[in-house]
Amino acid sequence: MSTRDIRNLILSALAFGVVALLPFYDTGYILSIATTMAMFTVLATSWALFSGPTHYISLATAAFFGLGTFVTGYGFQTMPYWSLPMIAAVLGAGLAGLVGMVTLRLSGVYFVIFTLGLAELVRQLVTWVQNRTGQRGMYVLTSITESHIYWQLLGMAALVFLVGWLIGRSRLGFALRIIGNDETVAKHSGINTALAKVLLFMVSGAAAATVGAMLAPRYIYIEPSTAFAPLLSFQVVIMALLGGTGRLWGPLAGVIPFTLLWEFISRHAPNQTLLLLGLAFLLIVYVLPGGVVGLQARLKRRFGQGGH
Amino acid sequence: MFFILITGLLLGGTYALIAMGLNLQYGVARIMNLANGEMLVAGGFAAFWVYTAGQVSPIAALIVVAPVAFVVNWLIYRIMLRPLVKRAKSRGALEVDSILATFGLSFALVGIMSWMFGGGYFNYSYLAQRVDIFGSSYGQNRVVAFSIASLIAAGLWLWLSYTRAGLRMRAVAVSPESARLVGIDVTAVSALAFGLGGAVTATGGALISMFFTLDASVGVLFTMKALIIVIMGGVGDIRGTIVAALILGIAETFVARVIDPGLTLAAAYVLFLGILLFRPQGLFGKKPT
Repeated sequence: MSTRDIRNLILSALAFGVVALLPFYDTGYILSIATTMAMFTVLATSWALFSGPTHYISLATAAFFGLGTFVTGYGFQTMPYWSLPMIAAVLGAGLAGLVGMVTLRLSGVYFVIFTLGLAELVRQLVTWVQNRTGQRGMYVLTSITESHIYWQLLGMAALVFLVGWLIGRSRLGFALRIIGNDETVAKHSGINTALAKVLLFMVSGAAAATVGAMLAPRYIYIEPSTAFAPLLSFQVVIMALLGGTGRLWGPLAGVIPFTLLWEFISRHAPNQTLLLLGLAFLLIVYVLPGGVVGLQARLKRRFGQGGH
Repeated sequence: MFFILITGLLLGGTYALIAMGLNLQYGVARIMNLANGEMLVAGGFAAFWVYTAGQVSPIAALIVVAPVAFVVNWLIYRIMLRPLVKRAKSRGALEVDSILATFGLSFALVGIMSWMFGGGYFNYSYLAQRVDIFGSSYGQNRVVAFSIASLIAAGLWLWLSYTRAGLRMRAVAVSPESARLVGIDVTAVSALAFGLGGAVTATGGALISMFFTLDASVGVLFTMKALIIVIMGGVGDIRGTIVAALILGIAETFVARVIDPGLTLAAAYVLFLGILLFRPQGLFGKKPT
């Protein structure tokens, strides 16, 4: 580790420490927004871990997330609470592995289309099973408070950042960057491209499922149509791309402003959230390719500061 | 069983038209248009509006819906998508850009449509009588929609196969670079294909609205199905699209009737999975060498 790494590590740890104090200041509206932000930070960062280097756009987040909430929904009465996020992670990684094995050896278009309908597919299957067993939605009544969820998510965020940092330094991360630049070159230099992509997709799927499991107590009542809401996938994509996937901190720079904006719009003009989402997508393509990270890089180049 | 087959074919015929629209946009203009389903819903809305407000038959409405959809889509290509084609460094970069841009367009359209028409479902009763075919009865509107869809699809196929303009379009679909070398204006042909694709899709939407309950946000489901059909039939392959659409129509009807009406997407996914695992190039596509 260089001194720079150590400095960054200490700074990040300090930042996490300060942010973790929030529930002592407020447990109402501010904490609720902060929890949402923490949730999207984990989701968007783990999304970018996979989609950033590979340029594959995954729309499967809602499927993994819903899977996680259902793990908690079914298991919270019979199993120890701490085990639920872990079970969710294993199942999420498993689902991601299956999807990845089918689609990731083909071009990116197949992957986008497959993941586009995945949440809806899982929702249909879950609803079907529930109908057959005569079961409807379920109540998740626990003593878990918003503060607990918030701390869990912060811990998860720290873990995802750590994993992302380690992957970036590992052979896997190096392989992925080559794949993202030119898959043919990667294949010719002996990289098992399909395996590398599937592994990373599993990491991101596991993270999303864990977040779902952690957040289930917040919703109290869980049913397939809310747990597998496809909109979540798009929100995550938008936030990650707005921030930029080139750096580990990039998605965070998208999560904070977009969550606030989304909150504002859904309070004052609830019917216009989709329009907002659409405009945000267009903004990314036409005005901000590369997101905030890309903008920062362009400004740096223009003013010639901060040498890399 | 026979009943399921016929109902499936009737549904598949309309799917074929919609997927042909997408195939023109993706196969010729090389734009993965994820706002395709919204174009369909817009066509359905137009038919609904014309029928309930003016008592004009949705079929007559096609005379207006199709040209308007053509112009709108042509403009979308020229204004929104052409700059992306120009700046793209590779096919992959263009794909990512056009996916994101058309997602944006799709959400913006859903937002605008639910603002204009509200979030509720809409349907109307047109030609709701039954008609007897081989001893079973079917909705007249389904039969009419299927017939019109087949007519348009057949016309499109003939046009693509036997006219100079169709030939130009097929040339661009095969290879834009080589098409340019033989003096084809690739940009103009792409814009034409994109506009035409949009018009065909909106027509399909107006037809499907005669027997299907739509709402502002249902478009993505149709986009999904059209994409699966196009991939199953092979990109740029009209014959494959038609066969794949009929297969999907029958599979969906079978699952809805025999297992559960809530599992139609699952049926589409089973087919999609089979294609991905065994024939990623599509039913009639050639293996890339």
